[in-house]
Amino acid sequence: MGAGHHHQIYRAGDTLVHRLPPQCKLAAVAAFALVVVATPREWFWAFGLYALLLAAVAVAARVPALSVLRRMVIEIPFVVFAVALPFIGFGERVSLLGLSLSAEGLWSAWNILAKATLGVVASVLLASTTEPRLMLLGAQRLRLPPLLVQIAMFMLRYLDVIVDEMRRMRVARESRGFTARDVRHIPVVARSAGALFIRSYERGERVHLAMLSRGYSGSMPIIQDLSASARQWLVAGMLPGAALVALLGTWGLAL
Amino acid sequence: MTPSLEVSRLAYAYPDGTQALFGVDFEIGRGERVALLGPNGAGKTTLVMHLNGILTAGHGTVTVAGLPVSKGSLREIRRRVGLVFQDPDDQLFMPTVREDVAFGPANLGIGGEELERRVKGALERVGMLETIDRPPHHLSFGQRRRVAVATVLAMEPEILVLDEPSSNLDPASRRELADVLRSLDVTVLMVTHDLPYALELCDRALILSGGTIAADGPTGEILSDAELLAAHRLELPYGFAPPRPGHPS
Repeated sequence: MGAGHHHQIYRAGDTLVHRLPPQCKLAAVAAFALVVVATPREWFWAFGLYALLLAAVAVAARVPALSVLRRMVIEIPFVVFAVALPFIGFGERVSLLGLSLSAEGLWSAWNILAKATLGVVASVLLASTTEPRLMLLGAQRLRLPPLLVQIAMFMLRYLDVIVDEMRRMRVARESRGFTARDVRHIPVVARSAGALFIRSYERGERVHLAMLSRGYSGSMPIIQDLSASARQWLVAGMLPGAALVALLGTWGLAL
Repeated sequence: MTPSLEVSRLAYAYPDGTQALFGVDFEIGRGERVALLGPNGAGKTTLVMHLNGILTAGHGTVTVAGLPVSKGSLREIRRRVGLVFQDPDDQLFMPTVREDVAFGPANLGIGGEELERRVKGALERVGMLETIDRPPHHLSFGQRRRVAVATVLAMEPEILVLDEPSSNLDPASRRELADVLRSLDVTVLMVTHDLPYALELCDRALILSGGTIAADGPTGEILSDAELLAAHRLELPYGFAPPRPGHPS
């Protein structure tokens, strides 16, 4: 027990965005990401419009900006990579604040930063308004193989149980005077990891027996009807739809 | 009347050759609550695995309300025999209580309003209706065990088989579970070595020892027979005196 609540991105709520069936939201975010990626990096206007669209979704879903920002830490590795590009890039150099930077590198950095940020914000909004289990059920409706969905479902359910087991094993180690300080202690930790793997495997077997005992025959029964109406698809389609209009509009101006 | 459960000359050896059951014979009538007592390694769990066809008998038969356990009858057998496992974390594998309780009946092809009715009815019977939308790992251990009972009640079983129902429960949860079990109108087979719990809930007890039924009789009588208990590595807790036969406490 314990950990449970802390690692959740989901924010409970009852807005239009929360109520949309998960498969609609998943498809909308994927389509939006496609439009963003297809946008040439020089079209600044289009990127600005995309950001406005996401802001509108955040307002509709009542997700505060601060909460989105906090969840964007996942993007940091990309940011580091993008910042490095102008320094290591080839080709024409430009001078900025006394630094000699690669023009091509600057463009690439902008390209990565802008597109990744839009993609991450869209995903954070999706995760903030959709329970993880619904996300998986939605993915199943979008024809993700049921086996993958089942594996992910069990991971959701048992992550806390396994983390807790790991914690108990660490307490047991430390109670007998062990602390991992340097490389020589790796074998001990590795053996614990092995034991944890075997315990989890055995639990998997017991869970399977419990499933068989309640009539499981290879596929998960459909318990929650997640069918989406045409209207809901239309609402979800507004985000990628508006993004596409912005893209084509900018294209029209550029011609 | 057909008994709920009939086990006849049941023998089983594990694939590695270890013989676990040597001809087990007993019958449980409809509505009875029976305790199956026995030391660790007596073959209790092996016997339980036979009751719903997870293990198939090497020899002998298991019959549930007139239907013999066989490859062809597994689906119906698993509906009739509700197995509650010892660790509720093994039993509750779905993301929410509602989905978990619905899992069994949904596998039987039940859906829509009937499914909803079954789920709510089962949770109501164990007093856990208010947790319906919560994830199982946010419940206390005692609550999880009661939800585990609900998951099989939702299948409307002929017989409820509980593996060590009182293990790891604090005294209050233990009593709450006893209240729940007493209120159910199904046949119960309770596998345990918690002898006072057996006495509290079951009129009849069986001792499984060395792979055979070593005793079968009223729980009070069996627990008063110190020699019998000692012969099968069973012991009453310190300070616990069973009621004398014929003098109900």
